[in-house]
Amino acid sequence: MLEARDITLGYRPGDSVLRGVSLRLAAGEWVGLSGASGSGKSTLGRLLAGHHTPRRGSLRLDAAPLPPHGLHPVQWLPQVPELAVNPRWRIGRILAEAWTPDAALRRRFGIADDWLERYPHELSGGELQRVAVLRSLAPGVRYLIADEISSMLDAITQAELWQTLAEIAEQRDLGVLVIGHDQALLKRLCQHQLRLENGQLWAEP
Amino acid sequence: MSTAPTPPLALRGNPRLGLALGSLALLVALAALLLMQPQLAERAAASDFQARLLAPGAEHWFGTDVLGRDLLARTLQGLALSLWVGAAAALLGTLIALSLAALASLDRRLDAMVGLLVDSVLGLPHLILLILIAFALGGGTQAVIIAVALTHWPSLTRVLRAELLQLQQADYVRLSRRFGKSRRYVVWHHLLPALLPHCLVGGLLLFPHAILHEAALTFLGFGLSPGQPAIGVLLAESMRYLSAGYWWLGVFPGLGLLLLVLAFDRLGNALRRLLTPREAQQ
Amino acid sequence: MLEIDRLALDFLRYRGLWRRAAIPCLHDVSLTLARGELHAVVGASGAGKSLMAQALIGLLPGNARLRGSLRLDGELLDATRQAALRGKHLALIPQSLAALDPLVRSHHQVTWAARRAGVNAPRAAAERALTDVGLVGDSARRYPHQLSGGMARRVLLAMATAGEAEWLIADEPSVGLDPAHRAGVLEQLRRLADAGKGVLLITHDLRHALSVADRVTVFHAGTTLETAPATAFQGRGEALSSDYARALWRALPDNDFARPAVHEVPQLA
Repeated sequence: MLEARDITLGYRPGDSVLRGVSLRLAAGEWVGLSGASGSGKSTLGRLLAGHHTPRRGSLRLDAAPLPPHGLHPVQWLPQVPELAVNPRWRIGRILAEAWTPDAALRRRFGIADDWLERYPHELSGGELQRVAVLRSLAPGVRYLIADEISSMLDAITQAELWQTLAEIAEQRDLGVLVIGHDQALLKRLCQHQLRLENGQLWAEP
Repeated sequence: MSTAPTPPLALRGNPRLGLALGSLALLVALAALLLMQPQLAERAAASDFQARLLAPGAEHWFGTDVLGRDLLARTLQGLALSLWVGAAAALLGTLIALSLAALASLDRRLDAMVGLLVDSVLGLPHLILLILIAFALGGGTQAVIIAVALTHWPSLTRVLRAELLQLQQADYVRLSRRFGKSRRYVVWHHLLPALLPHCLVGGLLLFPHAILHEAALTFLGFGLSPGQPAIGVLLAESMRYLSAGYWWLGVFPGLGLLLLVLAFDRLGNALRRLLTPREAQQ
Repeated sequence: MLEIDRLALDFLRYRGLWRRAAIPCLHDVSLTLARGELHAVVGASGAGKSLMAQALIGLLPGNARLRGSLRLDGELLDATRQAALRGKHLALIPQSLAALDPLVRSHHQVTWAARRAGVNAPRAAAERALTDVGLVGDSARRYPHQLSGGMARRVLLAMATAGEAEWLIADEPSVGLDPAHRAGVLEQLRRLADAGKGVLLITHDLRHALSVADRVTVFHAGTTLETAPATAFQGRGEALSSDYARALWRALPDNDFARPAVHEVPQLA
């Protein structure tokens, strides 16, 4: 169980992006999170993955604080995969920075062996996003924060990516927070949905 | 827009050909210059009172000066000297810029201090600062190198600092830490490799600046000693004779300096384009 | 009528430091755009849609090699003519917000665009274009960094429309916008088409393109596979002629969310 309790966070003193946000994500659970742009969805997502420290409130994994060093058990997946990988590295090295997925798993994500020798700019956005998703699935990762990862993808690539991720998540009992705008997509993927408005979370009917 | 013939793929029409040939020519010329330096020094110092102030001709291509010394040899000797001084100053300036940028990236207060330092040095008139430092250090080759290095780091520092700031905010750098990589790993594998091309280009573009300012400093009498055949010294000497019609004394050393500076400036800019992913393919 | 006929495009890229190879990016791109039409071009990112837009407006990078033909009202649209028409009759709404000058207030940028387009009263034209996209008063006077993504998109839209261009090419105009702003931008494009302009909407988002487009061209791997009326996208896609277009339609989350098998859609192989 990943549990955020009463989180408050702002970039400037006196100005809070998140105001007393509480959220629980269980293993194997898929939760959708939507909200207008600038509502703080991404901030909340990054915070859960340890990229921000809350000004107030607590973040716990199975009732224990999250580890400050080492592989973070909650991984954040950003919208633009081109920014999530070092443009000077080959795909093989990019994957290996987190872990070494075997050939079978690579194949499930449609990552051909010869991609490993290529540079990020030689792959399309959809291809690179699959690399970024596979990279985040290192053993020890328990929760994924998928921050609009398919909003730049065409429908086929989007369906492929989510179906594959859903299979793996089921096998490994991963909890997934899906951040996005597309209500149809969120409805497809998630058991229930939340909405971030004025720095606070509301349950979607 | 109608069907065009298939483009040439070999050497012909390769836009990098010019860059490669240019760099090669420059390199050969510089190597030759440095190899010939001992003989040049001899020729440059040899005075011949029978051949004072000769106009450019078959024997002395660039003419001779008031002591009958061969101006071609003196110009080349001056350029070689400029090269050493410029290279040393550019290297030193780049190192200063890199260290300050790294320092600024450590925390917010240090960053503000480095920013202030950059702005204040940029705000001061270049040449005056240059003269003050060179004067304080007592002149000579070392003083010129230090003075030029100490006045030429700010713009590169600014570039490197901005680049570093952007890199530290980059998603892939943040993710690297969440994959459990140490700070040191991030610096060595993500940050430094990204900064090195900037340092290389920045250093190369510093070079012509350094040469020009060395010459200016020497011309004004605060740099290399008048006994050394530096371009600045040659130009300063020529001032006395220009009005008497001895134009070659100023024109050839000046032209040599201009060509050297231009060559390095072009090379630096071409290299910068080569290392910019978006422009590299064109 | 704007016609793209069997357009193909190679890029010369360096392999290593020195050797260059031609990388084919567009193979066979054909479509037509009529006045008063909103024509959507839908396909995966990296399929070459933006390159097609750049080729149309004549702003390809120097290492691109083009074949095939572009025609405007029957006449060949070559580089000289493109340069003459660009910004006046032919306007691009670029994908990147970096196209805005960060040091200039937005209404000035729109005024400049109007002046470049040769409008008689550029300031009034800019004002009108900004009002049309819903930017009035203070929000039209901000610097680009003070604008939200949605507002910046609308400034780009205003820049393209201030000059009364007849042909508009919108490259992913709704990327990064939330649903309300996306609807606003798409509706604005629809209104421009209804006012008699030809609008080419380049997008990866089939669902929302369908809500405004007259015709849809499905683009895959540098090739236009099929052009169909927007109404053909319904049911299980029986009215569509290519397998890929059908798979694209059925993969939408509110349809089957189906991951097509390779043997069903040969283009995916």
